Amino acid sequence: MFAIDYEDLGTPAPVEAGAAVTVEIDGEATTVPAGTSVMRAAALAGTQLPKLCATDTLKAFGSCRMCLVEIEGRKGYPASCTTTVVPGMKIRTHSDRLTALRRGVLDLYLSEHPLDPAGARCELQDVARTVGLAQTSYRRAAREPAPRDESNPYFTFDPEQCIVCSRCVRACDEVQGTFALTVQGRGLASKIAASQDQPFLESECVSCGACVEACPTTALMEKSVIRLGQPERAITTTCAYCGVGCTFEAEVRGAGAATEVVRMAPSRDGDANHGHACIKGRFAYGYATHPDRILKPMIRKTTREEWREVSWDEAIRYAASEMRRIQAKYGRDSVGGITSSRCTNEETFLVQKMVRVAFGNNNVDTCARVCHSPTGYGLKSTIGESAGTQAFTSVAKADVIMVVGANPTDGHPVFASQMKQRLRQGAKLIVVDPRAIGLVRSPHIAADVHLQLTPGTNVAVLNAIAHVIVTEGLTKDDYVAERCEPEAYQLWQELIAADRNSPEAMESVTGVPADLVRRAARLYAAGPNSAIYYGLGVTEHSQGSTAVMALANLAMATGNLGREGVGVNPLRGQNNVQGSCDMGSFPHEFSAYRHVSDPVVRGLFERAWGVTLQAEPGLRITNMFEAALDGTFRGMYVQGEDFVQSDPNTHHVTRAMESLECVILQDLFLNETAKFAHVFLPGSSFIEKDGTFTNAERRIGRVRKIMPPKAGYEDWQVTMLLSEALGFPMHYRHPSEIMEEIARLTPTFAGVTYEKLDRLGSIQWPCNDEAPEGTPTMHVHQFVRGKGKFCLTEYVPTSERSTSRFPLILTTGRVLTQYNVGAQTRRTDNVVWHPEDMLEIHPHDAEVRGICDGDWIGLMSRAGETVLRAKVTGRIAPGVVYTTFHFPETNANVVTTENSDWATNCPEYKVTAVEVVLVNQKDAWRQRTAEERALPKPARRRSRDPAPA
Amino acid sequence: MNIDLLIKMANEISAYFAAEKDTEQAAKDVAGHLRRYWEPRMRRQIITYYEERQGAGLSELAQRGVGLLAAAEPPAAPAPPA
Ligand code: SF4
Ligand code: SF4
Ligand code: FES
Repeated sequence: MFAIDYEDLGTPAPVEAGAAVTVEIDGEATTVPAGTSVMRAAALAGTQLPKLCATDTLKAFGSCRMCLVEIEGRKGYPASCTTTVVPGMKIRTHSDRLTALRRGVLDLYLSEHPLDPAGARCELQDVARTVGLAQTSYRRAAREPAPRDESNPYFTFDPEQCIVCSRCVRACDEVQGTFALTVQGRGLASKIAASQDQPFLESECVSCGACVEACPTTALMEKSVIRLGQPERAITTTCAYCGVGCTFEAEVRGAGAATEVVRMAPSRDGDANHGHACIKGRFAYGYATHPDRILKPMIRKTTREEWREVSWDEAIRYAASEMRRIQAKYGRDSVGGITSSRCTNEETFLVQKMVRVAFGNNNVDTCARVCHSPTGYGLKSTIGESAGTQAFTSVAKADVIMVVGANPTDGHPVFASQMKQRLRQGAKLIVVDPRAIGLVRSPHIAADVHLQLTPGTNVAVLNAIAHVIVTEGLTKDDYVAERCEPEAYQLWQELIAADRNSPEAMESVTGVPADLVRRAARLYAAGPNSAIYYGLGVTEHSQGSTAVMALANLAMATGNLGREGVGVNPLRGQNNVQGSCDMGSFPHEFSAYRHVSDPVVRGLFERAWGVTLQAEPGLRITNMFEAALDGTFRGMYVQGEDFVQSDPNTHHVTRAMESLECVILQDLFLNETAKFAHVFLPGSSFIEKDGTFTNAERRIGRVRKIMPPKAGYEDWQVTMLLSEALGFPMHYRHPSEIMEEIARLTPTFAGVTYEKLDRLGSIQWPCNDEAPEGTPTMHVHQFVRGKGKFCLTEYVPTSERSTSRFPLILTTGRVLTQYNVGAQTRRTDNVVWHPEDMLEIHPHDAEVRGICDGDWIGLMSRAGETVLRAKVTGRIAPGVVYTTFHFPETNANVVTTENSDWATNCPEYKVTAVEVVLVNQKDAWRQRTAEERALPKPARRRSRDPAPA
Repeated sequence: MNIDLLIKMANEISAYFAAEKDTEQAAKDVAGHLRRYWEPRMRRQIITYYEERQGAGLSELAQRGVGLLAAAEPPAAPAPPA
């Protein structure tokens, strides 16, 4: 239910807008695209027809009979929502007969529907007012009211208010694709049921809110609206969670510091999400006002001391003086800074600028180092641009979708819904993943091929796919001849065609049957439009960059780049991974991925910033830890990151952090990294600042300030204060001025302004003179690097292998309801769905270790050990275990190792050799002495626990 | 920095470029990668190690790559204080 009036045209725009059709509505001529419904044509001409079962995010259904019209030359009273315009059609929307019919229908509805709570919006009552029916003429039968379902923490279901219009059911099916809701029973006894008539919380509902958004009455309603009352105004902004970058209308009450967010409504004009959302963006924003927020700056001389609250002035002066003291003592290069993919483009740009200008070195890195840095390297080397090639909407034109090392239904839910719409229309699906992710089998979708590979063998599998394509003559040689470097193609073909890369030869390495690989290869090559979507399951490996190149090679060899429906698309974990990389957060690159050693580029920045800049690459985050242990790196400024929890090999990271003399942490909460910090500067959440985020499709969207920053400053202002205290004042009055500087210095952003963003809603870079409104599809006529380059992708096995001591391979991932280190989502009701990290283990591996579902288990690797609960499941292959890293109590990264991608040092999170043992007493096990920690013998099976199926 | 880690990294970089048949080119690629992505103190350290220990532990290609790097690097100068 809309809490604020938005225009609802009743039915969606036609999928393929046809020729213009002119019709007459109540005597006025109006022209619309062919395929438009009569209801939509009338709404576009300014006449809202009464409706209950129709809304413009769902296909017309035609069940309520409220929207009847008269059409000249046609018998009866057709429903305007299901009738399509034809040229010359003459339509009447009002007549006495129509009013009488509508009143008759409405009378019945009202007989079953009590008056809504005062103030709440209800389309049924709006329609009653329009047709002039104050109350029903029927007597309401005396009966017990059906109980409300309050189980979901975010919304209620009140069957008394339900008119069984099935909008919620259709939203769940058509938009979200979960099929959790049904209409049960018939006639007056019909009702809405979640799954097997269960409470919403226990059902298959994923709490995306699509049903709530679609409901015309108050039957499905956000608890926040019930609690806080109707919102007064809406501000358009961008979700601060994942790389889909959904646009939201933040609906609020009150003003200034007293502003309250009543609800987050997914924007129907959102270019990435088109009116849809997931549980995180839609409901899990309560962390922004959580009492754990730190709102006062704090300092301490050593990490053993208590924090002391100080003024902003004192905190900034202390931070700056410490950085200068350290540089004076240990040298210019002994300090650095970390930017965050959770911060805006403008904030990230300022942090890297401050490091390069005020610290005077290139020691700046970003959390994208540990997720998508191989994407940058791999795509830049092959096709010339470190970014996804398509818009999300492109998936609607794909015939074959290959998902590699990504779990879109959990990680990128709104894009997953778009993908699932296409799959339900019949597109073929190839999944390459060690786990049976949700997409492998979900309602009305089954993967045509699932290559369930051993973790760490992506390159082997991708080479085997390429081998089939090359040796069976499935390459598109014309395309390659026109667009790619011929010598490199030749060398690549020779390498790939070698017998050692055949699916049969690789079978023993990858664990994937050769015939499945051959099927996948033929499917992908046949297309005609084949699209690749991949995630951290590709990048977070010792051969992460090689695997990204292998994907780009496949797309080039089969001609699947440069138009809609194809492409190579990284699904970015955090909202601004793309943006933080674009903004020059890497130690070797300025914005737009230009190397610091390039004198022309460096000169541009030197003139703009009035300083001499370093021509040498700085330290990567992993190098910073090494240099810290070495004594040559002693201070860092960290904006919005928690690498103590998120980075691998925690023990190593904490030893490095302990050796630093000054850590300045700017964050919302005292996170795990704060344990090692000396200065804490309160951050601002996405509702407290202006700026932009860039999503996985290169789409720049506005973040708009909804309330003043709770601690007094927006994050970019804090960086300015620090820079000024270091002797380099910056003079921006608003993030739009930072964007002006970014545009001046960054060719791909040259045409971006806040004014244009306001006008267009969002812009996909490159945005410049050739593409003033942005670029949805890249590499259309040629690759950005000129000729595409086939890079060689020999399979090199990771050094991390299972051994007799650590016989299982651990791989990591995430769940729908939690996000990254969980700092935000753990502070919301999302914990109801996922209160702890669990270790997924195959029934066979569980049984031999005497482990049952829910048991506490110890998880050990050569790097460390932790305790968590077991989830015994066939989703995971034997020999492989899987967990998430959302909770500091588990701290799964205690066990991950120092291994990393050869090109970028992106950690190899996805492959760790481990052993798992049953633990009887969680706390006792944690407190064992060091000697006891030699590998315990597997516990014996307890007879009372049956073996899991 | 931990020299073992630098050796491991250099070997892994070389393992990628080893696919290049032209070994001369492969060594240049290794040196180019180190030059482009390794911070000067890391480069200095691997060069010093290579010179003092004759590249023990480095793969053959890594040795050639570091050798090229050593030949091309300007003599190391410590970074001045800010
Ligand atoms: S809950 Fe709302 S959307 Fe669903 S059938 Fe009832 S009234 Fe319609
Ligand atoms: S899909 Fe991603 S961007 Fe969209 S609402 Fe969910 S978390 Fe936010
Ligand atoms: S709105 Fe057309 S039949 Fe319900």
